[in-house]
Amino acid sequence: MTKNIGAPRTLYDKLWSSHVVRDYDDGTSLIYVDRHLLHEVTTPQSFVALDQGKRTIHRPASNLAVPDHAVPTEHRDQPIADPLARAQTERLTSNTSRYGLELIDLHDPRQGIVHIVGPEQGFTLPGIFLACGDSHTATHGAFGTLAVGIGASECAIVMATQCIRQVRSKTMRIDITGTPSEFICAKDIALAIIARIGANGASGHAVEYAGPVVEAMDMAARMTLCNMSIECGARAGFIAPDETTFAYLEGRPMAPKGENWKAAVAYWRTLASDPGAVYDRVETIDVSDLAPTITWGTSPEEALPVTARAPDPALEHNPARGARQQRALNYMGLTPDTALIGIRIDRAFIGSCTNGRIEDLRAAAAIARGRTVAAHVRAMVVPGSGLVKRQAEAEGLADIFRSAGFEWRDAGCSMCVAMNSDRLAPGERCASTSNRNFEGRQGPGGRTHLMSPAMVAAAAVSGCIVDVRTMGSA
Amino acid sequence: MMQPLTRISSRAVYLPEPNIDTDALFPARYLLLMERKGLGEYLFRDRRFLADGTPIAGFPLDAADAQGAQIIIGGPGFGCGSSREQAVWALYEYGIRCVLAPDFGDIFANNCAKNGLLASRMPASMIEALGAAAQAGETFDIDIEARQIRAGAITTALNVADNVRAALLNGWDDTDIILAEDGEHIAAFERLHRQRQPWLFEQTP
Ligand code: SF4
Repeated sequence: MTKNIGAPRTLYDKLWSSHVVRDYDDGTSLIYVDRHLLHEVTTPQSFVALDQGKRTIHRPASNLAVPDHAVPTEHRDQPIADPLARAQTERLTSNTSRYGLELIDLHDPRQGIVHIVGPEQGFTLPGIFLACGDSHTATHGAFGTLAVGIGASECAIVMATQCIRQVRSKTMRIDITGTPSEFICAKDIALAIIARIGANGASGHAVEYAGPVVEAMDMAARMTLCNMSIECGARAGFIAPDETTFAYLEGRPMAPKGENWKAAVAYWRTLASDPGAVYDRVETIDVSDLAPTITWGTSPEEALPVTARAPDPALEHNPARGARQQRALNYMGLTPDTALIGIRIDRAFIGSCTNGRIEDLRAAAAIARGRTVAAHVRAMVVPGSGLVKRQAEAEGLADIFRSAGFEWRDAGCSMCVAMNSDRLAPGERCASTSNRNFEGRQGPGGRTHLMSPAMVAAAAVSGCIVDVRTMGSA
Repeated sequence: MMQPLTRISSRAVYLPEPNIDTDALFPARYLLLMERKGLGEYLFRDRRFLADGTPIAGFPLDAADAQGAQIIIGGPGFGCGSSREQAVWALYEYGIRCVLAPDFGDIFANNCAKNGLLASRMPASMIEALGAAAQAGETFDIDIEARQIRAGAITTALNVADNVRAALLNGWDDTDIILAEDGEHIAAFERLHRQRQPWLFEQTP
């Protein structure tokens, strides 16, 4: 079935065409969804739609639910204090039990952020189409998965029909080349890409990340890279599966076993773009000279090398952009042309589906080890899942963080989205490993600077934004 | 379930700022509400009100001549960011039926189509011209059936995909259509898919 007939195909072509149920006359297609992830915040209204339409779930076993967005990250032995968050979490429990869907609940050691739990459990597999009512669903693309974020109405459609109607995306390949220097990681690369192509620059495109830097990345780094695809407007982001992918998945609880495993790997090996395949757009980014990259403004595209200065809107030729810059500077409490290094922070957050994996915690702990969080900074580490938390405790990372003065919390989205009590007060400035620096994202009036885990740890112990490369040893 | 939408005649509000995200449209803390009703009051909440509820002067939606406007002329990247459909529900309940912009967050545009709200992508130069017409207080007349926008001296084509147009005009629900028309296609696809990737079916995820 993988006989090479006709023109060379991109990985996107292969993933797309193997999920087309039918093409409609108007250019849209009905696409088959293999796996659907659910969380508590975007699905209550989906289940109402199912109830009202008296629908049944097409394939209950293809769904997996986990509460993550609104849940508290401490006092898990007690009922959730916030009545709205408690009601929403309980609603996920009652909805999934009523419809017979698997739920990893708050007391399950596997609970965590949906985009960390899916890969960890082997629910995410190469070659599948995965949907979730969450914009960072592209994270799963790290496995050679076509993974898209959808809205609450579409979640109901997927559960009832196993399908969604989609328009074929345009294809973009981003080649990442060069040799990154020490401390430069997937987060820096993702921010540099978004700064280059813009917050909606990949709109309508599915992005394949390729090149030697990507091939050398572990799965955690690949997930960080794919995770941020939505921040340049891409519909999906993915990477061809390879030995690194298979090694990660082998033996995971929900991954295929035995003969199925062998057959699956044989199929997965066919999931690469053919030589000579044509893309609508190709970008190349050489990361050899890339400095740690952070955001200064209120869109992920407003990112610069940490060694740079915030822009001066007076020098911007495009008036709409200049106005936007001025608004961002005002919101962020920065004067034009301020050096980024030395900006004083109040808070530090390490976690989220972008950087809440064990590899991220190791990178941050390597900086925190033997140092102390600055007296005026409140810093917290929120592991991406209960399993990450357990692993970090076993490796001694939790002790490093705690003795440096970081709070060590339970798994969830936490201060990435500020739906629980983990949030910034108005005017507070935070060095954060999350993915969005939008106005109010980490709490109304809060100011977010996105950066890598090592950079956040460095800022936490320094009390201000610093270049982690100049830290020296503790 | 969805209200059919055939024609819109109203003034328009111009919000040229690039990348107005769905967090700005609908702040995350209100996502704890599980109802779809009553969300209009949280639209652009933190742009329009201080934490203590004091109105912030100057937000275009609150201008006296913007009251009752059903159309937003937006900047590039309108609705980027989070997938939250509440952004669309809040716009709808506030009374907005159409957003015109140079481009949109993909998920936001999909969500609009599922809720009787027209999101139409137009060239940036046309958006500027329409924005100027909005600021001049022109009445916009948008005919979805005829795919046409008129505003003051401007008459231009409305960019809307066939399936979105049909859904808007008829108030169709995707699930009904798929179940009614595509059940056999789905069953046939599943037989083939199961042969190609049996592990997706035999393994209990
Ligand atoms: S960690 Fe943040 S970006 Fe990721 S799923 Fe949670 S809220 Fe969304």
